[in-house]
Amino acid sequence: MLSKAAALADGAVAAAILGSGVRDLAARAGSFGARRVFVADDPRLEAPLPQPRVDVLAALVREHGVGTVLFGQSVLAADIAAGLSARLDAGLNWDLTDLRSEDGRLVGRRPALADSVYAEVGWRSEPRLAIVRSGTFEPSETGGEAEVTEVTPQFEDFSLAATMVEQAHEESGGPSIEDADVIVAGGRGLGGPENFTLVEELAKALGGAVGATRAVVDAGWYPYATQVGQTGKTVAPKLYVACGISGAIQHKVGMQSSSVIVAINKDPNAPIFEYSDLGVVGDLHEILPKLTELVRARKSG
Amino acid sequence: MKIAVCVKQVPDAAAPRRLDPQTKRLDRSGEGVLNAFDVHAVEEALRLKEAAGGGEVLLVTMAPERAQDTLRKALAMGADRALLISDEAAAGSDLVATSYALAKALEREQPDLVLFGQQASDSDGAVLWAAVADRLRLPTISQVAELSLAEGRVRGKRQTEFGYDVIEAPLPAVVAVSDAINEPRYPSLKGIMSAKSKPQELVSLTALGVEPDRAGDQGSRTEVYALGDPPARGDSQKISDDGSGAEQIVAFLVERRLV
Repeated sequence: MLSKAAALADGAVAAAILGSGVRDLAARAGSFGARRVFVADDPRLEAPLPQPRVDVLAALVREHGVGTVLFGQSVLAADIAAGLSARLDAGLNWDLTDLRSEDGRLVGRRPALADSVYAEVGWRSEPRLAIVRSGTFEPSETGGEAEVTEVTPQFEDFSLAATMVEQAHEESGGPSIEDADVIVAGGRGLGGPENFTLVEELAKALGGAVGATRAVVDAGWYPYATQVGQTGKTVAPKLYVACGISGAIQHKVGMQSSSVIVAINKDPNAPIFEYSDLGVVGDLHEILPKLTELVRARKSG
Repeated sequence: MKIAVCVKQVPDAAAPRRLDPQTKRLDRSGEGVLNAFDVHAVEEALRLKEAAGGGEVLLVTMAPERAQDTLRKALAMGADRALLISDEAAAGSDLVATSYALAKALEREQPDLVLFGQQASDSDGAVLWAAVADRLRLPTISQVAELSLAEGRVRGKRQTEFGYDVIEAPLPAVVAVSDAINEPRYPSLKGIMSAKSKPQELVSLTALGVEPDRAGDQGSRTEVYALGDPPARGDSQKISDDGSGAEQIVAFLVERRLV
């Protein structure tokens, strides 16, 4: 996101890092093209809640005359961006798969109606707010250094009213599906929840995250938070491996922007093959373990 | 306990949907249905009211007058009345304009709890509640899959990728519920009959104090420049596994530098 912003704004890009104990991230932002980094490091920004972050960003935008604010897609980012939109009466375009400068104006591309139509969208005034589908832009590490500015947050009373009372987080070695370059996803074709280990093993070997279809989440085979599709997350990793997924429209809209799609399914007529780069008709119980082995061997060799 | 549920009439996703090439807005001339996510919000409001042993469930929407037919379905489920912001000047409202008008209506009604469905099936938007909450200066919780009320506070549990969050806020608050929260009821025959006589109030933007330049197209900060077809995917290969499927996948990934 930073790299893209730096390209669009000819370098005039600042990163905003909000959280608790996040100061050390500032240097990283510089190496991806930020000239300036605003750091709000405050215990009240520790829990992933949107409203205190709206306060900090609204103050930054107002003070520094920020013209455009970009967010990478996540539940938290959408809640922050929407709150900021109301606070600043700033236009918000979401679910963008592209952003470019055209005749001096910023134009976003947004797939609509289950991705059957692409709308070219824009903003009538500044500040412009945009939420971009994860994985849309390639990071480019340019190795620059950013000037770090510490921000002292001022919070509205109502912004601190919602509190996190419990947060259960099972440690997981892999990346989250919103950040992952590789996603291996499983559907009903796996046959049962126990077979998700096949998907997990391949994901681990590829250094990716695990995704699931609505059908298997509804059946209780895998947690809702991993659901990819219209009623779950929209992802755009570099590689999406669909295992036993028929590829109904509800799933398609959540993953079809992936750069490369590989599908394994025993039904040769599964719709997923229509939009896969490589489709393999076969038994995933045989293919997946072998594939995992081969990937492991390659990585260790 | 007064609960407002913000609902939206959307085109039936089962029927072909299109964007009007002239206005570049969604063609809403066909049959409208209640956004499926909002049905879960209505159900949750009814359950909270029943658990509290009383109160009021109010539907709030911004739509053309004929949305009354759609609202009747939620009234048949058991909601008590509906407030319909119906004004030609509201057409084309984006998030900035819509959240402003809804906030004005909710300010008038002063509910203890405002519920939203997690997403709109027509715009795929999942943003409105957070904007409305900011305008009302109220706390907000999203993606709630379990909701409870106690001692003037709302508690919401939501699933995250690696676990769950439990978030609490004092009332009044704005909460968006996921479709995992409940199994909505079907309206009973009695409910369907009584829905016909339940009050549906139509209000104009002016009546709510929405200034003309803050509504509809004029009050919106985003626009659609053009519509186009999605790009076709490149060449797609399909092979049948003859025992070498895994090897072929690896070869493909190597060629693309993905492993």
